[in-house]
Amino acid sequence: MANKNKKVDLDRRRFLVGATSITGAIGASAMGIPFVSSMLPSEKAKAAGASVEVDISQVKQETVLTTEWRGQPVWILNRSDKMIKTLEINPKKLADPDLKVASQQPKYCKNKTRSIKPNMLVVVGICTHLGCSPSPRLSPKGDMGDKWEGGFFCPCHGSKFDLAGRVFKGSPAPTNLIVPPHKYLDENIIIIGEEEKDKA
Amino acid sequence: MSKKDSSQNSTGLIGWIDERFPLSSFIKNHLTGYYAPKNFNFWYLFGALALFVFVMQILTGIFLTMHYKPDALQAFASVEYIMRDVSFGWLIRYMHSTGSSLFFVVIYLHMFKSLMYGSYQKPRELLWIFGVAIFLALMAEAFFGYLLPWGQMSYWGAQVIVNLFTTIPFIGPDLAQWVRGDYLISDATLNRFFAFHVIALPLALAGLIFTHLIALHEVGSNNPDGVEIKDYKDKKTGIPLDGIPFHPYYTVKDLVGLTIFLIVFAAIIFFAPTMGGYFLEANNFVPANPLVTPSHIAPVWYFTPFYSILRAVPPILNSQFPGVAAMGLSVVIFAFVPWLDKSPVRSIRYKGILYKKWLAAFVVSFIILGYLGTVPSTIWGQFPSVTPFLGGSDIALVIARIFTIIYFLFFILMPIYSKKSITNPVPTRVTMR
Repeated sequence: MANKNKKVDLDRRRFLVGATSITGAIGASAMGIPFVSSMLPSEKAKAAGASVEVDISQVKQETVLTTEWRGQPVWILNRSDKMIKTLEINPKKLADPDLKVASQQPKYCKNKTRSIKPNMLVVVGICTHLGCSPSPRLSPKGDMGDKWEGGFFCPCHGSKFDLAGRVFKGSPAPTNLIVPPHKYLDENIIIIGEEEKDKA
Repeated sequence: MSKKDSSQNSTGLIGWIDERFPLSSFIKNHLTGYYAPKNFNFWYLFGALALFVFVMQILTGIFLTMHYKPDALQAFASVEYIMRDVSFGWLIRYMHSTGSSLFFVVIYLHMFKSLMYGSYQKPRELLWIFGVAIFLALMAEAFFGYLLPWGQMSYWGAQVIVNLFTTIPFIGPDLAQWVRGDYLISDATLNRFFAFHVIALPLALAGLIFTHLIALHEVGSNNPDGVEIKDYKDKKTGIPLDGIPFHPYYTVKDLVGLTIFLIVFAAIIFFAPTMGGYFLEANNFVPANPLVTPSHIAPVWYFTPFYSILRAVPPILNSQFPGVAAMGLSVVIFAFVPWLDKSPVRSIRYKGILYKKWLAAFVVSFIILGYLGTVPSTIWGQFPSVTPFLGGSDIALVIARIFTIIYFLFFILMPIYSKKSITNPVPTRVTMR
């Protein structure tokens, strides 16, 4: 009972309570990390999201091959010269003709055709509006009206895209379709989900 | 206090319990001795009904969990199994699915009552905020539950709603991936939504309902006249002159309401369990397919007013975020009503015609937005291209924009019109009409 006669040091007590509380709070919130991390994609999901190899020798001109990457449809469209010509649309009709939104394509596809090889379009078939899957309307006119030159049409909210997956103005979709990272292994084999390191 | 007045009259088993647990005093404080205004009307049934539906959802949910499999490969089939092979499985599932829709019916009417009678005004602000929190938790609960049958609408509805997160600037895409636990809605997503639906949110809801009731019993119930019954108490007993004990008077009244409610409830379960596609959507009887989107996606009816607001706001600067923010705000803005309403009186009976008109405009907007959210925005066609300004735009979309503006003006202008609206004199005591 050495400090029997001493007054209670309130400042000291307040400091100790504060210091203990803060230390405890930091510890407790650090404990949140494993729980929050456990909700991230697991190793298994990451492995399933790995790259996909596609043989494109089968894709005839003016046809689309649909493959799956990370559970999403990926379209590989072999465009004819006539189709490539339709891409010279009046840029005023497009929402993002200059491909300013960087996330929508890798740098090596930031060109007029949005592709590595001019004829081969590789694009994720998911509408940038709210994630529905548009349907190809490759040939001109048809049920899309006389001014339609070919492209993709989303049934959910009516977004329209051209043959390079660029969105037309007036569509609910804010940006162009996503060109996934991809590279050519050789003439006929594409790997979706991987890219040449120096170009990326 | 509890020990003294509770053990007074009780002997035997009750007396034994009361010395160890405040049983009699609890019943007295919250039922037989809780004095509620004597002028409650029809609108005051919905709180008790909401509590009843909550309990029923928990009970039916427990029994559904016994047969349901939260696995992307088995979920759809296990729901069909419940419907076809489990004894009375169809009844339990339809009770649960109809219960969710009626939960929202009851909650919307309960909220409308508070808006009419000013039940959010001082000193009931916290009571109201707990209520808004319950509403938010309920929406989350319903959303998570809707993925579980793993039908096309479950899948694509979840896809659209989780994608809303991707529009949040900077952190959006990573946040959506964290919510999904995968690069798309998948088995991982289904499993965690199941966990949220059966454990996390029911617990949160139970806690919030508890605080809502504690707050209610602390400040006392409001009433259709919006006058404070605690202002006039019997001098001897301290009991409000216009109050009557909740039990037996209001428990009996609530039982009548409950009976009518159950008649409606049973009629829906037995004769129209899908309610023509409004309670259970037709597309949800098709198993989820990540590669094919149904041609028309719409949320269940109770989300459609907010979904309409989402669709009505156009993308700004290539971003969908303003629409998402508007939708979020359209729900959260309710929490601010206690401070937006500057009216000196509570009840609509004395608030004046201007306030009544605004409340009516809000209800009309809510219903029209709700309807428009269930249909494609092209439903009414387009304005002819010669129309000035509006040429070519979807008629339904323009209408939705107008009513979205009215919806928000109800809240934003409330400080002005609630102050301006000429009020009628408020009686000092409650009236019976």
